[in-house]
Amino acid sequence: MPAMRVRQAIATALADEMRTDPTVIVFGEDIAAAEGPFKTTEGLLEEFGPIRVRDTPISEMAFTGAAVGAATMGMKPVIEIMFMEFLGVALDQLVTEGAKMRYLSNGKLSVPMVVRASVGGGLGFGGQHSQTLENWVAATPGLKVLSPSDAQSAYSLLRAAIQDPDLVMFLEPRVTYAERGEVDTNLKMEIGKARVAKPGKDLTIVALGQMTNIARQAAATSSTDIEVIDLCTIVPWDKKTVFESVKKTGRLVVVEEQPESGGWGSEIVAAVSAEFFGELKAAPIRITCPNVPVPYNGGLEARFLPNPTEVNYQIDQLMATGKAPQPWWIREGF
Amino acid sequence: MSKGLERRKAILSDPIAQFERAVEIREFENQINALFASGTIRGTTHLCLGQEALAIGLASVLRTDDPVSATYRSHGIALALGLTPESAMAEIMGKATGCCGGLGGSMHLCDLELGLLPTSAIIGGGMPIAAGAALAFQVQGNDRVAVAVFGDGATNIGAFHETLNLAAIWKLPVVFICDNNVYAEYSRINLTTPIEDLHIRAESYAMPHYALDGMDIDVVREGIQSAVDRARSGGGPTLIEAKTYRFAGHSRADQALYRPEGELDSWKSRDPLLLLEERAKKIGKMSESDVADMKARKTKEIEATVALCQAAPEPSPKTMFENIWSRKVNQ
Ligand SMILES: Cc1ncc(C[n+]2csc(CCOP(=O)(O)OP(=O)(O)O)c2C)c(N)n1
Ligand SMILES: [Mg+2]
Repeated sequence: MPAMRVRQAIATALADEMRTDPTVIVFGEDIAAAEGPFKTTEGLLEEFGPIRVRDTPISEMAFTGAAVGAATMGMKPVIEIMFMEFLGVALDQLVTEGAKMRYLSNGKLSVPMVVRASVGGGLGFGGQHSQTLENWVAATPGLKVLSPSDAQSAYSLLRAAIQDPDLVMFLEPRVTYAERGEVDTNLKMEIGKARVAKPGKDLTIVALGQMTNIARQAAATSSTDIEVIDLCTIVPWDKKTVFESVKKTGRLVVVEEQPESGGWGSEIVAAVSAEFFGELKAAPIRITCPNVPVPYNGGLEARFLPNPTEVNYQIDQLMATGKAPQPWWIREGF
Repeated sequence: MSKGLERRKAILSDPIAQFERAVEIREFENQINALFASGTIRGTTHLCLGQEALAIGLASVLRTDDPVSATYRSHGIALALGLTPESAMAEIMGKATGCCGGLGGSMHLCDLELGLLPTSAIIGGGMPIAAGAALAFQVQGNDRVAVAVFGDGATNIGAFHETLNLAAIWKLPVVFICDNNVYAEYSRINLTTPIEDLHIRAESYAMPHYALDGMDIDVVREGIQSAVDRARSGGGPTLIEAKTYRFAGHSRADQALYRPEGELDSWKSRDPLLLLEERAKKIGKMSESDVADMKARKTKEIEATVALCQAAPEPSPKTMFENIWSRKVNQ
């Protein structure tokens, strides 16, 4: 199996889909001639030419909507939103137009397209270029929302996303682009199916994107036998895998790269609480970012993001008391 | 008077001070470039090398109560408006002494005393804000003027068109300045835009519009002054296209290899610093040795600024919980 960087896995998945399906077209800002600001579209223009691989003006609303329109007419557009924040100027076309097409055409129209967007903090890009903003899209019926955590899931999930007949948001954790991992190009991953990243029997962590790596690191040094679930899909999330794990461990910790308010982890905690009310060995908890913008300063950004030390602190407390510990910013009086 | 206001006053009309400020910006940007390249500062940065005359021309025409909404590529505009190099560099280093307490970074400078609104890193993001500031002045009945500075690439985003139209029908006291430095990221403007003269887009909003030579501070000053005068006297908005050139790559890692051969050199023959130097010698009677002394002094000053900022304290974690709401609410 070849080892490749996450950004190469993405470019490879795009190329493999474009080879097998001539309706796949790719566009975005500086993705063709320059091969992408993060080099996630390397080689595509050269192999597939300027009809199928296009640079766009800085016009997210127009090209997102154009993808919706092209998708309704038999194409499979994959567009790149360079930083998730830029989706803000295109949100209407995605959530109010695209996500409603099937419904408002009485099932006649499909929007088989993928919106790829880089997400997340950790690189010192500041308050307008570091958010994950998953909740912008997770609450719109009609969208599917995925996030890979490594090269294999980037490759396999992106292929699944492109093959899917619906509008899929593909949120790529920016910090992972340069990370290497083995990729089996024959391995299929399904939308809506989580992965057990590390088996364990005493406590379940559900994580997503770059938080999967944080959870893995925490699990590797913890005295608790932790099972790490890489959720992969936020909508529709994999209840079966999560429930099976929590049934076994009796403890749930969700690790989310999002402000505390309105995160997808609340869905998981609510569903698990309802399903296992009275059976849990500890309060189901979330470890999140505080409800503040992403700070630029490196030390502060590192504090802002959930990290293995904080995850392990929370887990140790939870194992000892069964009660939800305070987040660090409350403990430290902020 | 604060240091910032003094710095602003200094460049209002003195050609020597204007040249000196341009040298300061150039030195500042070169140091920032080196600090990012060596990994001393993480994240990314967007230099304004080649665009100094526009920054200083703008700052020398505006009043300090005229707010400017600019972009992530605004180290030069900030320094021209009067922000001290210490305050800007500390911010870019993420230090507590920076103009945003180290929470903003290279793309987010601000100084309200000098009229610098928080700079936006979203293309077009500052344009409606400037129109809104102008709306406030119109309602308040004062003679303040708001300014939006944005790139050539921003003329393709919805906010540009919506804001121009809104400002036109409401006759808002706002000046739109498109800094056409020929590139938006790695794309030459002609690859994404079917017209060469971007200012003509204002024609369909029945708004006065013109291009000017953004390398020549006198031309810049004259062009902006007339738009500001019109706005101040109730004549409504103007779209100005300043023709400049981005001497550096788009951001930290970009070598700008996509540029046609010779293009950079041909623009460098009209480097705003050369033109400002000539002007300072001619009008300000600077001698060759005055220039050399001043440049050496600026280099030293900026080196000292680097050292000072490196020694400055990091912000405390508590600061990230401040300035969220008017009053802190514990959650
Ligand atoms: C809405 C939005 N889309 C894309 C970007 C990414 N981006 C940052 S700078 C830039 C190029 C802008 O070019 P231009 O407007 O000419 O300004 P310049 O960088 O030349 O000053 C792009 C596309 C962004 N910041 N915001
Ligand atoms: Mg430009």
